[in-house]
Amino acid sequence: MNLLEVQNLNTYYGESHILRGVDLTVNSGEMVCLIGRNGVGKTTLLKSIIGLLTPRDGEIIFDGRSIQRISPHERARSGIAYVPQGREIIPYLTVEENLLLGMEALPGGLNKNKKIGSFIYDLFPILKQFLARKGGDLSGGQQQQLAIARALLGKPKLLLLDEPTEGIQPNIVQDIESAVRQIIVQTGIGVLLVEQHLHFVRKSDRYYAMQRGGIVSSGQTNQLSKAVVEKFLSV
Amino acid sequence: MQLILESLFNGLAIGSVLLIAALGLAIVFGLMGVINLAHGELMMLGAYSTYVTQLIFKLTPLKQFYNSYVIVSLVVAFVVTAVVGIVLERSIIKRLYGRPLETLLATWGVSLILQQFVRSVPLAYASGLICTILIGLIFHIILPKNSLTYSQARIAKVSSWVFSILLGLLSANWLSSSISKLGRASARNVDVTAPSWMRGGFDLWNITFPVTRIVIIVITIIAVFSVTWFLKQSVWGMRIRAVTQNRSMSECLGISTETVDVLTFGIGSGLAGIAGVAVSLLGSVGPNVGGNYIVGCFMVVVLGGVGNLLGTIIASFSIGIMTDLIGAGRLLTIWPDMPAPLATTVDFFATTSMARVLIFALIVAFLQFRPSGLFPQKGRMVEG
Repeated sequence: MNLLEVQNLNTYYGESHILRGVDLTVNSGEMVCLIGRNGVGKTTLLKSIIGLLTPRDGEIIFDGRSIQRISPHERARSGIAYVPQGREIIPYLTVEENLLLGMEALPGGLNKNKKIGSFIYDLFPILKQFLARKGGDLSGGQQQQLAIARALLGKPKLLLLDEPTEGIQPNIVQDIESAVRQIIVQTGIGVLLVEQHLHFVRKSDRYYAMQRGGIVSSGQTNQLSKAVVEKFLSV
Repeated sequence: MQLILESLFNGLAIGSVLLIAALGLAIVFGLMGVINLAHGELMMLGAYSTYVTQLIFKLTPLKQFYNSYVIVSLVVAFVVTAVVGIVLERSIIKRLYGRPLETLLATWGVSLILQQFVRSVPLAYASGLICTILIGLIFHIILPKNSLTYSQARIAKVSSWVFSILLGLLSANWLSSSISKLGRASARNVDVTAPSWMRGGFDLWNITFPVTRIVIIVITIIAVFSVTWFLKQSVWGMRIRAVTQNRSMSECLGISTETVDVLTFGIGSGLAGIAGVAVSLLGSVGPNVGGNYIVGCFMVVVLGGVGNLLGTIIASFSIGIMTDLIGAGRLLTIWPDMPAPLATTVDFFATTSMARVLIFALIVAFLQFRPSGLFPQKGRMVEG
């Protein structure tokens, strides 16, 4: 059974048709990459999966259950974590409080989970020294690490990552890449990644290429040809 | 020295009434961005709950505890206005998030309805209604939701509401039969009499400190500290701060933003109820009592900087001290032989209402230079 199955999804912004009949699957322990140029609907697809946008028709099945009708916070509690583009750290909360909020998605929420798992500091050692600082005061790369750490603290089954390496210095990109790979190997979660960085795209197992709101090509990443890369990645 | 002390105490007393009245609004308007013009009427309901509590404490079994009714009425007023606030949020305001003008009109309408409500409905039946809603809400929270089938849940829901209505009717009947004053509707003002320990005052350095004023100052301090503690330290406070700063991301993290909205609005309204207790100790309570405070509340919150609790505190105490300085003509006492034209001007403003006029004019002038108040805060509104 697939962890996530999206069938014939159609999403609109007002009257403009953004997603046109998208089909996609993600399995556990697998990293799936979504590629395509700007404005083809990659972020819209992620937002439809987490529930920030309501698709007009189509089906989203997560973990064997249709999740269209439930609100984003219930989807988060059922095991989907979302790291949005622009990271969306809560600005006036400290790093520690931001991390604590990540555990809201666990069963029992924050009332029953008050200890931040130390595996987070193994993945992102830098966060430990900034615990008392305001989330909004961190640099872009540190915020990205915080956003991923926050998502992982909810012990998700599926992680949605929207351009995690956008506008971040190369050495932190390396850290983030290896952290994501390590998480998949250790915990066996599924990852759906939107990425422009070819290096990171190559690390994923399968890819879907999008154009004008629809999936136009898909397959194993190791068979990703140069022609496809040039067509769909803005390198 | 004595003059400064007296002025400071009076300023503190006026300021703390303003602060306790504005504290709930600082949460509802400051954190959630909801312009609630019915805030004054929530205070009025709080004042009426004090009145009802006081009358209940005059009945024989409770008579021996009469002196402590003020403390009980703080709890009662908080619960009553929080329930009314939650009903208001669920029924009207939640449909209007992100639309300030419509919210303003709708809540103004609600304020008129509430004013007429206390005029035409006997207080006993109003209390019964509140009881019904309160018990119904408690059932709504404690009923198990997942273990029941759809039809079972329906039956449980209906029967819990029937049970609450019955209890509400019973309590209304009991109140109207045992306290005849509550059984009839009346548009007249009512008076809350302070218990004996709160009457009079004590003298220190030749100044009399009225006990009611001190009690109000203490209530305000406790309320401010508990609100700050709740927002900064508790889990729900953290959720509230997260939601006010980034609504959609908080939702994606697994926080139920709807529950947070209900809770925030409920607490803001409950604080209005506590302010109502303070107001009832100062003068007689009538349907229009809220209108006297609402403008002041908004002034304090705007002057302090919307969304900033510390700003609200500083703003209300500075307005309080200014009111005393101007309203009591202290400048003339400090400088008795000032030139005649100046003295006439100071004298002209040396009444409570004229002092208010002057202070509001000063605030308007100040906001011309600092439109976002003393301590401006960046983007913290409830989005649509």
